[in-house]
Amino acid sequence: MTAAVAVKGKDLEVDEEGYLVKLSDWSEDVGKAMAAEDGLVLTPNHWEVINFLREYYDEFQIAPAIRVLTKAIGKKLGPEKGSTKYLYELFPYGPAKQACRYAGLPKPTGCI
Amino acid sequence: MSADDGAEAANERTERNVKRFLFVNRKAPYGTIYALEALEVVLISAAFDQDVTLVFLDDGVCQLKKGQQTKETGMKNFSPTYRALEGYDIEKLYVEKESLEHRGLTADDLLVPVKVLTTEEIGALMDQQDIVISF
Repeated sequence: MTAAVAVKGKDLEVDEEGYLVKLSDWSEDVGKAMAAEDGLVLTPNHWEVINFLREYYDEFQIAPAIRVLTKAIGKKLGPEKGSTKYLYELFPYGPAKQACRYAGLPKPTGCI
Repeated sequence: MSADDGAEAANERTERNVKRFLFVNRKAPYGTIYALEALEVVLISAAFDQDVTLVFLDDGVCQLKKGQQTKETGMKNFSPTYRALEGYDIEKLYVEKESLEHRGLTADDLLVPVKVLTTEEIGALMDQQDIVISF
């Protein structure tokens, strides 16, 4: 049986690490459902990062490495948010990994 | 072109445990997996803070061509990812002049800013590296 995330009564296929298989399956409800499974409620600060990742992916066709994400977030949302500490507070399982999953993107390249 | 940057810089690299990597891209972007795999290796090496240089020659220059349409090939157009390299601090991109000319291309046809070097200059660049990996 393949793994799935249940969103509004519909099962969407995910890979063995919980990443969405079909990027086009994504909606904000997918992010919310995945976060709920992790016991997390997404705040506007979370969404800021998730939306940033989606825009980054749209532009460059990859999910950024954490170092690149931190730098780019700092540039776009201000230096106080462009820190590893801030991002880890929002996404304790690793900002690039966890936020990318909620954003419906593949795991960042070079992320182990 | 980046000439040999001297003993001081070389010592600093040794202290930081940084090696000079040169990735040589010689194949057309689609049809084989080489170009995409090379790009992934490049991104990973940057995550380890290495000194990374890219060279594009032969059909490899086509990897950087603007306006790629891959829908009919059934492969994802990964060319926008070359524009992300700057954010990974990978800014040393070189393209061989002869390879461009043979394909009727100029630097203006490419997605990202590059330096165009002659075959001879590329040879000199290769000489300065610790590790050269060809795809």
